[in-house]
Amino acid sequence: MIGAEFVALSLPPILIGCLAAIACAIPGNFLLLRKQALIGDAISHVVLPGIVVGFLVSGTVSTWPMMLGAGGAALVAVLLIEGIRRVGKLEPGAAMGVVFSTMFAGGVLLLEQSDTSSVHLDVQHALYGNLESLIWLDATGWASLLDAQALAGVPPELPRMAITCLIVTGVTALLWRPLKISTFDEGFARALGLPVRALGLALVIMAAMAAVAAFDAVGSIIVIAMFICPPAAARLMTDRLAHQVWLSVGFATLSAVMGYVLAGYGPLWLGFENSVSAAGMIATVSGLILALAAVLGPRRAPRVA
Amino acid sequence: MTLGLAARDGRIVAPDDTTAAPLAVRGLTVTYGEKPALFALEATFDAGVMSAIIGPNGAGKSTLLKAVLGMVTPVSGNIRAFGRPVSEVLSRIAYVPQRATVDWDFPTRVIDVVLMGMARELGLLRPIRQDHRDRAVACLSRVGMEHFADRQIGQLSGGQQQRVFLARALAQGAELYLLDEPFAGVDAATEKTIVAVLKSLRDAGATVVVVHHDLATVASYFERALLINTTRIAEGPVADVLTSETLQATYGGRLAQAQLAQILG
Repeated sequence: MIGAEFVALSLPPILIGCLAAIACAIPGNFLLLRKQALIGDAISHVVLPGIVVGFLVSGTVSTWPMMLGAGGAALVAVLLIEGIRRVGKLEPGAAMGVVFSTMFAGGVLLLEQSDTSSVHLDVQHALYGNLESLIWLDATGWASLLDAQALAGVPPELPRMAITCLIVTGVTALLWRPLKISTFDEGFARALGLPVRALGLALVIMAAMAAVAAFDAVGSIIVIAMFICPPAAARLMTDRLAHQVWLSVGFATLSAVMGYVLAGYGPLWLGFENSVSAAGMIATVSGLILALAAVLGPRRAPRVA
Repeated sequence: MTLGLAARDGRIVAPDDTTAAPLAVRGLTVTYGEKPALFALEATFDAGVMSAIIGPNGAGKSTLLKAVLGMVTPVSGNIRAFGRPVSEVLSRIAYVPQRATVDWDFPTRVIDVVLMGMARELGLLRPIRQDHRDRAVACLSRVGMEHFADRQIGQLSGGQQQRVFLARALAQGAELYLLDEPFAGVDAATEKTIVAVLKSLRDAGATVVVVHHDLATVASYFERALLINTTRIAEGPVADVLTSETLQATYGGRLAQAQLAQILG
């Protein structure tokens, strides 16, 4: 397993899976504490119509039009959710549910009606992504990691996901204090003069960015799972926000690595011939980690003041 | 009738609108939807005085504090702190929100909450040094909570939570303290501690404004009182302001004669 074949076939998807998982888990921590965790679900669904529109406008499945479409759709969804919440005086969960189910359904209809049969664009791809196909054909072994010519051939999802992860991490570190204060006590944050609304918007934009980039690379199942499972499991393990965020990064990485390996080799170990979807397995592992934390975590009991 | 007119065209006609008082509110009108929460409210809070804001539920007490701090946008009116727009002097104002507005299951420790009070001086990235921590612990010991610094906030009782909130306000090092129902649901020891701390702040020259709901303790805790029910009913020294007429006007006849007798001694 640890050889030329590993570097070419398994290393890129594992790295992309880890980066996608981490990029989603970090903003997920704050969304979870703000009781907005569903927004990850919402964003990952609404990017489908965005991607279809991007395809219809550009006529190709190239990345940038589809990313732009996805980003645009995420923005429209966020504005719609805010609008419905304010005008209809609905709770955020209801507003999100209305917006993301409608937009996702619209995306499915659009996809069916448009001529996408010739290209690789379908609902299944949107849900599960195609992590296994992100291979690095130019790699001949570990030495290729230092070979500029070979490095030029890495799947473009890898640098894109790395940059996204870097931006998410950087913005979170920079805005750590105001994000923490406004998440804990919005009234006090306002009294301090912190731009509470802008901070909330920055968090959602950061989540949308992570969701769109990760969706393109690994599909929406991982996105939805990573926004919620690693932060929720981490919350059950600690009572310190910084520890929670670090733990969630660890759980996200563990899910990605274990999920990929189990999907590829698990069925073989059990005597089956085939392998299963890596995205599905990664999401399943993150769910199992959450289940374990819920049963064994030291902070699982909500306290009554 | 001047007040009504002032509110209608949104300008201030009161003669002392240039006051440098720590907090001056002129012609303040706030509405939630179509229902006015505050109407043409006038109030002045002088330096070095401890004042109570009194009124029934829904009278606009919390709304007044929120409007002062810019959390709700008034329809009309003018609010000045230290003679300037509030947004320019936020660093001189400390705020203690209602305890119930916060998720006490949030993953953080008591000392971290107090350090939030220093957010303005710490900025985004300045590291928290030992002297910041020492100051935070000093604020905690003023409210008798220094031994709880490393506790998770969810482990505190209601009274302890309120003391931590006060310690956070102390860490802000402000000149004007705005507190929203700090005595709601706290034990007697906590109430005593909070009153003592607030009186020491006042003695040091700070201005303390407290939304208060217990009429029986107004006279012993505060020097001045503002009685409101959407608009100002009375304002002045507690002894002058707490009369059976003003209380009946504020509470709309909801106070029984026995209660009135008790409050007025």
